[in-house]
Formats: sequence, structure tokens, C-alpha cells
Amino acid sequence: MSQSYNRGLIEDFGRWREFSAGMWAWVFHKFTGWVLVGYLFTHIAVLSTALSGAAAYTGTIQTLEGLLVVRILEVGLLAVAVFHILNGLRLLMIDLGIGLESQDKSFYASLILTGAITVASVPTFIAGAF
Amino acid sequence: MAERYSSFRPGGRRWLWQRITAAFLAVVLSFHFFLLHFVYHADEVTFALSSARMESWTYYSLMILFLITATFHGVNGVYNALINQGLTGTKQTIVKWTLVVASAILIVQGVRTANAWAGISIL
Ligand code: HEM
Ligand code: HEM
Repeated sequence: MSQSYNRGLIEDFGRWREFSAGMWAWVFHKFTGWVLVGYLFTHIAVLSTALSGAAAYTGTIQTLEGLLVVRILEVGLLAVAVFHILNGLRLLMIDLGIGLESQDKSFYASLILTGAITVASVPTFIAGAF
Repeated sequence: MAERYSSFRPGGRRWLWQRITAAFLAVVLSFHFFLLHFVYHADEVTFALSSARMESWTYYSLMILFLITATFHGVNGVYNALINQGLTGTKQTIVKWTLVVASAILIVQGVRTANAWAGISIL
């Protein structure tokens, strides 16, 4: 039943020029997944300044949020998260056998939607940083 | 066209939990972003505001569940990716336990932090 499809070794990133849409989706999903776990560890480290008291926590967050780099990185994080969520939902559907034939189109849709949501969020994310 | 594109072993328990946590995270992570960037704003976060949210038991439980599922999903994903890259034998055992310990530390630290906001003083 489960028939295999010879896509060549995708782990061999040197072949990127020959990648099809589904292979790009796979690479992006990996990359965004790793960024998100990395962020999670950093996030808890920053938040746990709350253990040293209210002033330490509020001070740390306010200082970080006052930096333009942090704001820009947050926009990046949003883009990464939105793509991972949308593409993740796409993968869940594909696993259920829904939309197998149009999996290229749904990948492009994920990309476009990610771009749109990110751009639309920039003003809110950057507000007050200057 | 192949029938499966997943990198996980089909039908495995780790595969299944990766999907279950994904479905949960899709909702909770969207909520998290929406709450902290659009309802409130990231630069308005203070101890008092985090505390006020965390003192509600529903929010506290949701955040703890978020912490645990995100850790599992992220670390399980990394572990699976490493296995796909050909990790086996003793190295696999070492990596596995390193990841388990890192996750445990992350969760303990997250719960202690949540307790600090909620004003719970065990642990
Ligand atoms: C918000 C909703 C999310 C959805 C719908 C989702 C969905 C998925 C799915 C379906 C996979 C499996 C892909 C496969 O079978 O190969 C996956 C992998 C992964 N996810 Fe998520 N995910 C979400 C959130 C997160 C979060 C919050 C993190 C980090 C803490 C994360 C980190 C990862 C990692 C590291 C992988 C493995 C990538 C790889 O193969 O290298 N994901 N995600
Ligand atoms: C830039 C975007 C983000 C901001 C501004 C943000 C902010 C916060 C804040 C202020 C809290 C403390 C609770 C509260 O005040 O309500 C919190 C908790 C939490 N966040 Fe985020 N967050 C962001 C993105 C993320 C992402 C992408 C993840 C998942 C990978 C995540 C996972 C968590 C978890 C698990 C907790 C609970 C921590 C605990 O129980 O100790 N956050 N976040």
C-alpha cells in the first residue's frame, strides 16, 4: 500500500537546485521547527528572570523590547511560526489523505499567507520601537 | 507521487504524538501571539501583568500545557530529524538522554517561573 517514491536523498542539501515544491516545504518546515525550539529555550531563560523578583523581570523585558534588533527578530520569529503552523496544518491534512494532489498549490498558499500575515503585523510588532 | 511525505516512521507512537501536539499547538500558539502582540503588546509586558494573567487557573493550566506540549513537539522533532540523518547505536542513546534531560530542565524552569507569577510557593 504505502508505495515509495524515489525523490533521491533529500538530506543531501547540495542537490537544492533540483528540489521540487514538496522538498522545499520539507526543508522550510525543518528550519522553522529548529528555530522555534531554539526560541523556546531562550524564551524560558528570559522569562525566568521573574524568579529573581518583579523588578528584574520587568527590567529585562523592557530593556529587550526597547532594542530595535529584538523587535526585528520578533517579526522574523512571527514569520517562522506562521509558516510552521500553516505548513504543519497542511502536513496534517496530507497525512489524512486530504489534498494529496494539490500539495504543491497548498505549499504556495502557505508561503503567500505567511508573507501576507507577516507584512500586516509589522506595524503592531514595531510600534514604539523608535 | 508518494503516499506519505512525513519523516517519521509511519504509525509509530512518536509520529502520532507529534501530530496530536501539533494540532493543539496550532491553536495555542496562535492564541499566544494574538494575546501578547495584539491584545496586549510585547513592550507592555510587566511582572504585574503576567502575574494577573497567571493568577487565573485556566490561563495557568493552559500555559503549563503549552510548555509541556511545545517542549515535547520541538524536542521530539529534533530527535527524529537526527535519526533521519543516520543517528544510531550508542550515539543515539546519548543524544536521546541529553534531550530528555534538557527537556526536563526546561519544563521544571518553566513551571517554577509560572509559579512565581501565580504566587505559588512550592518548588
Ligand atoms: C503551532 C503549531 C504547530 C504545528 C501545526 C506543527 C506541525 C508539525 C508537524 C506536522 C511536524 C512533523 C513533520 C514530519 O512529519 O516530518 C512538525 C515537526 C517539527 N516541529 Fe512543529 N508544529 C507546530 C509548532 C511547533 C513548535 C511550537 C515548535 C517548537 C517548540 C515546533 C518544532 C518542530 C520541530 C523541531 C519539528 C521537526 C522538524 C524536522 O523534521 O527537523 N513545532 N511540526
Ligand atoms: C515574540 C513573541 C512572543 C512573546 C512577546 C511572548 C511573550 C510571553 C510572555 C510575556 C509570557 C509570560 C506569560 C504572560 O505574561 O502571559 C510567555 C509565556 C510563554 N510562552 Fe511566549 N511569547 C512569544 C512567543 C512564544 C513562542 C513562539 C513560543 C513557543 C515556542 C512561546 C511559548 C511560551 C510558553 C511555553 C510560555 C509559558 C512559560 C511558563 O509557563 O513558564 N512563546 N510568553
